[in-house]
Amino acid sequence: MGKKIESNLKNMILSLALISLAASAALGMVYNLTKGPIEQASKAKEVSAITEVLPKFDNDPTASSKTTDGLTLYTGSQADQPVGTAIKTFTEKGFSGRFSLMVGFMPDGTIHNISVLDQKETPGLGAKMKEDKFKNQFVGKNPGAFKLLVKKDGGDVDAITAATISSRAYCDAVQKAYDLWKAQLTDGSSNTSAADSLKGVNQ
Amino acid sequence: MSNLKFFTNGLIKENPTFVLVLGTCPTLAVTTAAMNGLGMGAATTFVLVFSNVLIAMLKNFIPDKVRIAAFIVVIATFVTIVDLVMKAFTPDLYKTLGIFIPLIVVNCIILGRAEAFAQKNKVFPALLDGLGMGLGFTLAITLLASVRELLGNGSVFDISLVSENAKTILIFILPPGAFITYGYMIAVVNRLKAKYNL
Amino acid sequence: MNLLTVSGSPHVHADQSVRKIMFGVIISLIPAMLVSFYFFGLSAIILTLTAIVSCALFEFLIQKYILGNEPTISDGSAMLTGLLLAFNVPSNLPIWMMVIGALVSIGIAKMSFGGLGKNPFNPALVGRVFLLISFPVDMTSWPLPQSFSTSLTDVVTGPTPLGIVKEGLKKGDAMADLMQQVPDYVNLLLGNMGGSVGEVSALALIIGGLYLLYKRIITWHTPIAFIGSAFVFAALLNLANPDVYVNPFFHLVTGGLMLGALYMATDMVTSPMTPAGMLVFGAGCGIITILIRVFGVYPEGVSFAILIMNAVVPLLNKAFKPRRFGV
Repeated sequence: MGKKIESNLKNMILSLALISLAASAALGMVYNLTKGPIEQASKAKEVSAITEVLPKFDNDPTASSKTTDGLTLYTGSQADQPVGTAIKTFTEKGFSGRFSLMVGFMPDGTIHNISVLDQKETPGLGAKMKEDKFKNQFVGKNPGAFKLLVKKDGGDVDAITAATISSRAYCDAVQKAYDLWKAQLTDGSSNTSAADSLKGVNQ
Repeated sequence: MSNLKFFTNGLIKENPTFVLVLGTCPTLAVTTAAMNGLGMGAATTFVLVFSNVLIAMLKNFIPDKVRIAAFIVVIATFVTIVDLVMKAFTPDLYKTLGIFIPLIVVNCIILGRAEAFAQKNKVFPALLDGLGMGLGFTLAITLLASVRELLGNGSVFDISLVSENAKTILIFILPPGAFITYGYMIAVVNRLKAKYNL
Repeated sequence: MNLLTVSGSPHVHADQSVRKIMFGVIISLIPAMLVSFYFFGLSAIILTLTAIVSCALFEFLIQKYILGNEPTISDGSAMLTGLLLAFNVPSNLPIWMMVIGALVSIGIAKMSFGGLGKNPFNPALVGRVFLLISFPVDMTSWPLPQSFSTSLTDVVTGPTPLGIVKEGLKKGDAMADLMQQVPDYVNLLLGNMGGSVGEVSALALIIGGLYLLYKRIITWHTPIAFIGSAFVFAALLNLANPDVYVNPFFHLVTGGLMLGALYMATDMVTSPMTPAGMLVFGAGCGIITILIRVFGVYPEGVSFAILIMNAVVPLLNKAFKPRRFGV
């Protein structure tokens, strides 16, 4: 075993510099190696969420996605016929803050399916929004007629027992998605982007 | 100490979780499900083994006055590698563990072993020490997480042991449950250690 | 055997013992117990007995087999904990949950710290909060009172008056309409409302509290500071905006405020030793209770308030030391 090198200025600078250099080289290499798989993983995740909420489609919805006010809109089509629209939506009103959903709309505006993308609501309470029992009451409903508010607030949604706040937030997120869906519908012919039409709605 | 001792030391006698009570932040935060405990343990073990080995190798080239800075750079490098690799290949687990993967860098077990063991020992004992400590940590938090998942969610490793509508003791997968379970597990370990003279 | 304890003077003898105090408190709870049995029927009786028996049993088992010391269940403290725990849960709570609550109260909150006199937090409240967080659905479905019924099923559940007001205000209902939905003050005082087993009747609890004061088991400081600060704080809010903040009298007769102020906050082990400390302690409890009730997520905050103030008792004891005699 060799002798430990002295703690003088030259040695300290040299040693730290070499270690940092080696570390950054190693990291650069790992970054390059994992870059592809990371992108693939996140895209696969997006596509699988879209697949879950839309009827069968054969295009790549992520290629033509549009993002408006934090909501992302994906259009799915089968043999160039649009089969539905998936909207990635979110709410800040959850019991533990923000959570996001993917909502799939049929061309006539009914909800085809909803999936929870990520949430940190209380396990056993708010987290039950992932379960079919709660979700299924939205499936096949058109928010134009189905009021997206919990029954306590005068709407049509059965809240999760003891998790009214999470249920309200869920409705809020779905409502946002529906508003965007309606907005993009009206501007479909005039070729303006969904963002402009939303601005129009707000004014 | 024989080489075997270096390895078994971290498993029971100086178990980082139950005896040294180090790295309690991830211990309390991610142990809501057994799988998370195992994933966290594996990630920590990886970092611990490699940083121990590298620091034991480099110990003569690191001046004493800047050793902590040097250790942290080494540890942070391995943590970032784990972070990127998990993001690429186990995205679901990565999402559940979230911020606690980057936070391995400040886990006291790793800097503690570098400072107390690796920088004073040869490469092979440092490797065994890292492996033993890592496995001890993994074992402990997986056990803790299994107990919490069982009581709080009625399942272990996502295998449900109770019917869907059964009521489970929710508090155990919430933060207070982490403290309660951890406390009683330390008590049990202390009692067993005293009884069997470990 | 150590028969003689020698300590510094003055030596004062009082004809008090742990056993006498505990049974004194139990006697004072009889009016509230009778009211709850009248309103909630057989299920309340079964639940109360379960809680008392399981608390005593757990204390015995833990002392005998885990700690290995002489069981002290004859002092009645475990039974009192059981009784208070039962008073703090809805009467239709499943029996097995009650047993878990008893295990937590005795095992975690009391015995883990070394037994009677060493626990920093009120055991019955720890048990209650544990159950509330673990089983939020069962702990918040309150059976509505019905004059003595022997049926164990078919109870009608509904929100407590505090719950009605909190939900209603959030929805934007007018205060006057909400006041129509809750029972009038006479019924609130008697306890004819939804709520936990023993908390509903403010009147019965006050009668019991007066007995405790008469027997000198508690002093006036904590309850008065608790009730007073809650009242003043609620009154200030009410004066600021009567449309949003409910009448202060409403806060006093609903929820667990009376039970908390008279029985939980006055627990000798977990409250400060000096009168000045008790006043600060009580005031803290009252203010936190109203804060949680008005601004928090839960409609009721008495148990959290008392537990939070339990945690600062060592500091209060340090800040308000008794003056040495003659100095």
